[in-house]
Amino acid sequence: MAKVLMKGNEAIAEAAIRAGCVNYFAYPITPQSEVAEYLVKRLPEEGGVFLQGESEVAVGYMIFGAAAAGERVMTTSSSPGISLMSESISYIAAANCPAVFVNIVRGGPGLGGILPSQGDYFQATKGGGHGDYHLLVLAPDGVQEAVEMTMQAFTLAEKYRGPVMILGDGLIGQMMEPVEFPDNLKTEPSNKDDWATNGMDTRKSKKRNLVKSLFLNPTELNNNNLALKAKYDQMKREEIQFEAYNTDGDYKVLITSFGTMSRVCRTAIDLLKEEGIEVAMLRPKTVFPFPEKAVFDAATKESCKAVISIEMNMGQMVEDVERCVKGQRPVTFYGECGGDIPSPEKIIEIIKAMI
Amino acid sequence: MGKAFSKPNALSDTMTHYCPGCTHGIVHRLVAEVIDELGIQGRTVGIAPVGCAVLAYNYFNFDFQEAAHGRAPAMATGIKRVRPDLIVFTYQGDGDLASIGMGEIIHAANRGEKFTTIFINNAIYGMTGGQMAPTTMPGQRASTAPTGRNTDLTGMPIRMANLLSQLITPSYITRQAVLKPQQVNKTKKAIKKAFEYQVEGKCFSLVEVISTCPTNWGLTPLDSLKWAEEKLLPYYELGDYKIPE
Repeated sequence: MAKVLMKGNEAIAEAAIRAGCVNYFAYPITPQSEVAEYLVKRLPEEGGVFLQGESEVAVGYMIFGAAAAGERVMTTSSSPGISLMSESISYIAAANCPAVFVNIVRGGPGLGGILPSQGDYFQATKGGGHGDYHLLVLAPDGVQEAVEMTMQAFTLAEKYRGPVMILGDGLIGQMMEPVEFPDNLKTEPSNKDDWATNGMDTRKSKKRNLVKSLFLNPTELNNNNLALKAKYDQMKREEIQFEAYNTDGDYKVLITSFGTMSRVCRTAIDLLKEEGIEVAMLRPKTVFPFPEKAVFDAATKESCKAVISIEMNMGQMVEDVERCVKGQRPVTFYGECGGDIPSPEKIIEIIKAMI
Repeated sequence: MGKAFSKPNALSDTMTHYCPGCTHGIVHRLVAEVIDELGIQGRTVGIAPVGCAVLAYNYFNFDFQEAAHGRAPAMATGIKRVRPDLIVFTYQGDGDLASIGMGEIIHAANRGEKFTTIFINNAIYGMTGGQMAPTTMPGQRASTAPTGRNTDLTGMPIRMANLLSQLITPSYITRQAVLKPQQVNKTKKAIKKAFEYQVEGKCFSLVEVISTCPTNWGLTPLDSLKWAEEKLLPYYELGDYKIPE
């Protein structure tokens, strides 16, 4: 298929339809409202459902209800909205339902600002809601990856019967880039007979299904948590995605970075290479599950003397990086937030000071 | 001689966890009878609230989802929008629907979502142990209003059927009770009408049912019926508040 020039928010919306999701519930919030404005026109053409809910709290449960009924469903929001949806995400995870949440992150905390940020890394990867759960979190670095990850998200949500999050940022939502929609990323819906609440008549067994998260018996609750943990362990074995950039040579510094920030880091690495300074980058594409071994291996290469995590926040992913490097190399951090983005020149200056 | 009385198919064989004198069991049975009579058991999805009826799915024999506190109308919206062929109802108490879930119920009713809500109003929080609800009567004692509800500080009880009937969107809103056999029969008729409107795809329906909570009211089952009749019914007047025509 030919490439088309699209704004990130609209490309994510179209990607959901191409992945076979025609159900969308959302509440307006900058900088992602274009997703809703695109889908309100497109979904009727597909015979789908578009509904603007009364709040992000309600939208989260519209998603839960539709997901529990076995239909592919998505919502998109931005940071403060995801905070409100986090209650439902905890329930959806606990009740083992597949759903896709897109967070076009803006600056926080509080109302923060409407410019791009990566301040929701903790919320996305460590659990924004209560209890022991995780989302599978994909962090695209641009519009094309946002499209591909959105399409993959529905397959992964059904494979693990749980919530999957696209952790983007305002840059991805607002910028235009040429994209294509790979047909091979669309998958057939999985069989839901043994769990979906879509009417007993739909099942040969005529057995009723129950979607719930309350386990008053401590052993049953422990078992549900063990089953969830088993899923997260399986994700760690099967779903880790990362990009290794310029890791072949004898680099002295390893940058860790994710999402759009990594594109600036790549430019800095290329410019440093022209000056004969070798720097590599390890970019997690799945921030949960986190590429623990890849980060450790890249950081502990003999030539590598130090690691720096560069993020559009005040230091979040760096905690995972430190955990993975296990004290084998010094790990430092540089970040800006609120909408300011570290420039290649700034990164070059910092790297040069390190070596 | 034929069988004169039997359990509806839509109910399961389970020992009740509800307290002696609690009227949840009556309303569960009425809902199950209506589902049997309309032949919709195989395509019905119930939504349980948070409150004593969180375990309602233990007694019903069809698909069920369990909501977070107050969010049942949003979940019902989600299901009904993506699967309009399913019959969806929420079963909620007064803490769930009139306090934490006020936003969800108002907006679902105002959008005219084609599902049914059974609203149990017993003027108190049951499961958490007798705290004051938005529906608690002036002067009524509750664990968080030990000297009785002070309306200067907490306002007057919210009459949900009255409130929802003010919305312009067509709907079926009624208030019934299950304190006497005659009321039970009327409540069943109202529940049936509410489900029929949904089967026809006509409108949102809410059946408020004035109920009892002997345990948290600190009364015997018989005294509870009497108290509800004397104290609740004059304030929560029974009848149809809105019909979709």
